[in-house]
Amino acid sequence: MKLELQGITKRFGALTANDHISLTVEPGEIHALLGENGAGKSTLMNVLYGLYQADEGDILLDDVVQRFAGPGDAMNAGIGMVHQHFMLVPVFTVAENVMLGHEETAFGGRLDLPGARAKVRAISQRFGFDVDPDAIVEELPVGVQQRVEIIKALSRDAKVLVFDEPTAVLTPQETDELMAIMRQLRDAGTAIVFITHKLREVREVADRITVIRLGTVVGEASPTASNAELASLMVGRSVELTVQKAPAEPGDVALVVDDLRVIDAIGQFVVDGVSFELRRGEILAIAGVQGNGQTELTEAILGLQPRVEGRIELDGKQIQGLSVRKVLDSGVGFVPEDRTEDGLVGEFTIAENLMLDRSQSGPFVKRGWLRLVELAEFATEKVREFDIRSQGIATPVGRLSGGNQQKVVLARELSRDLRLFVAAQPTRGIDVGSIEFVHKRIVETRDSGVPVIVVSTELDEVTALADRIAVMYRGTIVGIVPADTPRDVLGLMMAGEVPSTEDAA
Amino acid sequence: MSSLTPDVAVPVAETPGLAVAKTRSWKAPIALGAFVVVSVLLFLVAGRSGDSTFRLSSATDFVKLPNAVLPTRGTDVVLTIVLAVIAVAAAYLVSQYRRVPIWLIAVFGVLFFVAFLTWAGADQSILVPGLLVGSLALSTPLIFGALGGVISERVGVVNVAIEGQLLGGAFVSAVVASVTGSLWAGLVSAMVAGALVSMILAVFSIRYLVDQVIVGVVLNVFVTGLTSFLYSEVLTSNEKLNQGLRFAQVDIPGLSSIPLIGPLFFQQNVVVYLMYVAVAVVFFGLFKTRWGLRLRAVGEHPQAADTVGIRVNATRFWNVSLAGAIAGLGGAFFTLGDLGEFQKSMTAGAGYIALAAVIFGRWDPIRATLAALLFGFASNLQNVLSAVGSPVPSEFMLMLPYVVTILAVAGLVGQSRGPAASGKPYVKS
Repeated sequence: MKLELQGITKRFGALTANDHISLTVEPGEIHALLGENGAGKSTLMNVLYGLYQADEGDILLDDVVQRFAGPGDAMNAGIGMVHQHFMLVPVFTVAENVMLGHEETAFGGRLDLPGARAKVRAISQRFGFDVDPDAIVEELPVGVQQRVEIIKALSRDAKVLVFDEPTAVLTPQETDELMAIMRQLRDAGTAIVFITHKLREVREVADRITVIRLGTVVGEASPTASNAELASLMVGRSVELTVQKAPAEPGDVALVVDDLRVIDAIGQFVVDGVSFELRRGEILAIAGVQGNGQTELTEAILGLQPRVEGRIELDGKQIQGLSVRKVLDSGVGFVPEDRTEDGLVGEFTIAENLMLDRSQSGPFVKRGWLRLVELAEFATEKVREFDIRSQGIATPVGRLSGGNQQKVVLARELSRDLRLFVAAQPTRGIDVGSIEFVHKRIVETRDSGVPVIVVSTELDEVTALADRIAVMYRGTIVGIVPADTPRDVLGLMMAGEVPSTEDAA
Repeated sequence: MSSLTPDVAVPVAETPGLAVAKTRSWKAPIALGAFVVVSVLLFLVAGRSGDSTFRLSSATDFVKLPNAVLPTRGTDVVLTIVLAVIAVAAAYLVSQYRRVPIWLIAVFGVLFFVAFLTWAGADQSILVPGLLVGSLALSTPLIFGALGGVISERVGVVNVAIEGQLLGGAFVSAVVASVTGSLWAGLVSAMVAGALVSMILAVFSIRYLVDQVIVGVVLNVFVTGLTSFLYSEVLTSNEKLNQGLRFAQVDIPGLSSIPLIGPLFFQQNVVVYLMYVAVAVVFFGLFKTRWGLRLRAVGEHPQAADTVGIRVNATRFWNVSLAGAIAGLGGAFFTLGDLGEFQKSMTAGAGYIALAAVIFGRWDPIRATLAALLFGFASNLQNVLSAVGSPVPSEFMLMLPYVVTILAVAGLVGQSRGPAASGKPYVKS
């Protein structure tokens, strides 16, 4: 089935998220939609899927204009979607999830579960998936959950399949397998829309590439284009894809983590016997697929986890078991992985957010009274120094873009005297310009002699920033390897395989 | 580590999940131990002598069972020893990092109640069928209310308004039955009344995104106030509007002559039989049909339901209304099924107990029904004991159902997981 979008325009108030976007996807073709976070890719796909109504423009399937009032209409017309955040009910079985919304029933309104199971098995077999129809979805690894999403779309005879940022949660090996599945689907005649911001994947799998910036189509590219060409199309100027940094000059050991275990609410060891040392002036990147204990590890260092065993020492002083306040006072700076949830108070102004962790005493509080003049001076200077684009220091941070929000967090954390800097997912969901800025500041922090831990699920970021790389898998560190370790070795480690020639770095 | 966290021993490898910390919770053995202490004080130190008579059949029963006469002190000594043994066994299991099985706690509970009844009924006779029949009567509205609560919470709307739905159903059914002279019209109108209360809850929580607990509480106060006002202003001066019509008892042929069970379950009125049907239908519907699958999907992950073409807010609206209709039937039991006429605030907090049954029953219709039966039994025990003239002050006994509720919900439920999206309005982002 041929999919055609003609002049799709979608506005949210004053913001035009999609401005006359046109796109054609032929059957048997993988069409990549490349753009930064916030470029309007997801809005466009939500219009296509009937979740939003377009203000202008038409959707055509095989040259027939379609009207989608909701996702149900889009599905009936043959459009399937593999969502970035899986649309699966975690407590249901695979079969129940696949049948949901188009259930067959037997006598007395009883659900036809055997039929649904058979359908799951048939589709699994056709594409060589290994999916048990009776498994509970939340107990499956994410890679398998994604296959359930694909089965769900295929079970409704989808002729156009949309993959929305499908590789964000996958290991490199799982990504390769997904690519193979996409090619297989294409060869079977499915039209595929592949939404991503990862250049490498686009060049590997796409037949055609459309680049979107700020809600408009800025050009088409062929898969043979170079990374630099694609990146400059995507961002609108030439960008520095590599991080400039001098070799590390490690000093004394600053942080010692010894046999650290973190136990979660249901008694599982989410961090299980992690040990490492970190020296002044070096960056240790913690790589791994999301959800392998990295979050809990950083939270344990900061004192945010309730059940922790083991030893964490900073400059010879035990900090495990201290309150968060005392950990901060001993010089730990922390960029949390979800800045809107844990890093900022959205309704507070930039200035208020900049003093959040110094509300007890210090330069901005005197005998319980805020010193607003000093705070305003400080905030004005930081806004300039960190290039925070806003209407002024009284702007609520909730109104800033993701990149500018992250700069507020960085400005707050880096303006204290740090003995350790922990940054979790520092560039998640921010634009390329801000990514460059954040990377630069992290390297500068290292060069000033502060030990730095960077947690990232993006291998590109890990290899660009790291002096050493620790790979986490299911709560343990699989190995600590030098920064120039090849990607495929890192990929295997992310899947839990210990490298054969482990470097005692 | 704080002393509140459970002890941790060596990890056990479990495939395919993560390694699990071996934990043990001393909550159950400590609670059982406390009850053993109570038993020793009550039954041994303050023990009573004489014989306790348990009558197993009432005078009108088809098959007569003989009375059980137990020596009070001897029985209590034996039972206290058994209770102590169970408590020690529970402590042993926990020390071996094993869980205390729920049936052991249930056996403990039953034996404790038997010991208590023996103690309280020294030189008295306790009519066992009466105790149980009364429990079922008190449980019936709780069960209807709990079913309404289960449906509503499973679809994603917290239903604190069960009390209002019960009371609305009770009032309207009494009036409609009196005016039309038809009990069945009264029953249907109770469902309509409950559904209407629910619709207000649904509109405010789904359409206007008001906090659902607050809407529920406000609705309860509103219905209580409105029915009380109408009762004193209208019903007391027009007795024709509140005639006290009741459904007659219908004996199920055959089944009703089984000793003990027959009089308890099969010599009841239509509303109770409807309750049996409702429990079965809700259970089957929730877990075996398309309706139930969609309902649960909407309550667990509304966005996933939306992306497969299920209309989330419409599903919520109609199912919350249905929940109100079922709770309204429970309200009709107060009037048409039990007392006849409507009285001011006659539900007396049953809606809140039903809510506790929903949580104690872990959002499962069968378990919630069992929980409601337990609470009904505790309420009736208080009635029976004050009738035989037990040595416990009646003011203390009045607390019993609520004490049992608190112990059950706080002590035994522990960490249970409700529907993930319950209480959260669905707004398309």
